[in-house]
Amino acid sequence: MTDLVLAALFVMMIMTALAAIRLTDLFAVVIMFSIYSLLAASMFVVMDAVDVALTEAAVDAGIATILMLATLVLTDRWERPSARLRMVPLAVVCLTGAVLLYGTLDMPIFGDASSPANTHLATYYLTESPGEVGLPNVVTSVLASYRAYDTLGEVAVIFTAGVGVLALLGAARSGRGGAAPMRDNPVPRVIAKIMIPLIILFALYVQLHGDFGPGGGFQAGVIFAAAIILYAIVFGVDAAAQVIPPAGLKVMMTGGVLLFAGTGFVTMALGGAFLDYDVLVRDPLAGQHLGIVLVELGIGITVAAVVISVFLAFAGRRRAR
Amino acid sequence: MKEFLLHYHYWVVVFLMMTGLYAVVASGNLLKKVVGLNVFQASVFMLYISLGVVDGGAVPILRPEVTVYSNPLPHVLILTAIVVGVATTSLALALVVRIKEAYGTVEEDDIHRRDEAE
Repeated sequence: MTDLVLAALFVMMIMTALAAIRLTDLFAVVIMFSIYSLLAASMFVVMDAVDVALTEAAVDAGIATILMLATLVLTDRWERPSARLRMVPLAVVCLTGAVLLYGTLDMPIFGDASSPANTHLATYYLTESPGEVGLPNVVTSVLASYRAYDTLGEVAVIFTAGVGVLALLGAARSGRGGAAPMRDNPVPRVIAKIMIPLIILFALYVQLHGDFGPGGGFQAGVIFAAAIILYAIVFGVDAAAQVIPPAGLKVMMTGGVLLFAGTGFVTMALGGAFLDYDVLVRDPLAGQHLGIVLVELGIGITVAAVVISVFLAFAGRRRAR
Repeated sequence: MKEFLLHYHYWVVVFLMMTGLYAVVASGNLLKKVVGLNVFQASVFMLYISLGVVDGGAVPILRPEVTVYSNPLPHVLILTAIVVGVATTSLALALVVRIKEAYGTVEEDDIHRRDEAE
């Protein structure tokens, strides 16, 4: 059954990917990419990666698509058919593909429990994390505790990318957003008013329940941002800037990273290593839990603020003549 | 034939990767290059996640009644990579917008022509 579902998803992914590169209507290309991402998320569910599926569905099928559409508004909808000869790229791609296919012959078979990837660290995390971290969701334990240093670096990358977009496009200022044509249309307005509180509630659930079920700061931040983006699309950028002022977003962007790094410095001050939560409170397991809740909160705040700021920066920009 | 069935998911992933790469190399439109890069990226994610699948394994959320779990490590690496991916994609899209404002076009050929004319 699983094999059939996988095969069906693979066929649909190949079709959407091919459609995305063949079409010249860029609106259709972006929608194809969104479908492709949603299919990838379904595939991650089949492959037992529920945390990844939640992220892929919220980030690539949601936010990346919205940002691409926002870019499309500021550029051109149609791709000009190129007069260039396509044989050279095709040859390059075929050659690269052939080398990669040759490489896969040595790879372990699908679902092999004794492959090198599944025998060293994975078994350690699965058997030792209940005693060392004490959370049911091993993905959260590894993300926020064992590999917290790495995750801090990734949050810093997201912060830097957000700063880069603001430097390129300028932070959204009030009075530049223009009209919100959807405000006069009752259907999106009413639906948005019903959906926005539920989306925010779901974001808080994903944030706070990430220790026990699928979820965590990355997914929650993006889902929270999606609620604000929906509000900005329906009621206008100016209205959204009143709900969350750009100055507040900048404080949130930096505050999240500082909360994450600050937790690390507190553990150092208490005599532990950087981001070693055992020392936070007397019981090491309670300390781990507290530390993970704090850094996940930092991740969620930074991710939400960066995604909202980036969207407002795109939406607040006028189309070039 | 058995060999093919046990490895076919790699083949599909490679095909999807090459589809994305083709859009990056062959397309002249900058937005389409970004979409191609994202298609490539998602297929790399699938390669990593497929390596962590264990036959008969469960979602790596610990429960007393389950003994076999899939590998959680690729999940962690890819989860963060997806969010970093959208952050870098937004940076690329911001550059596309600025190029459109500076050159009046996002077609690579036109941009080269304007650069040479100046």
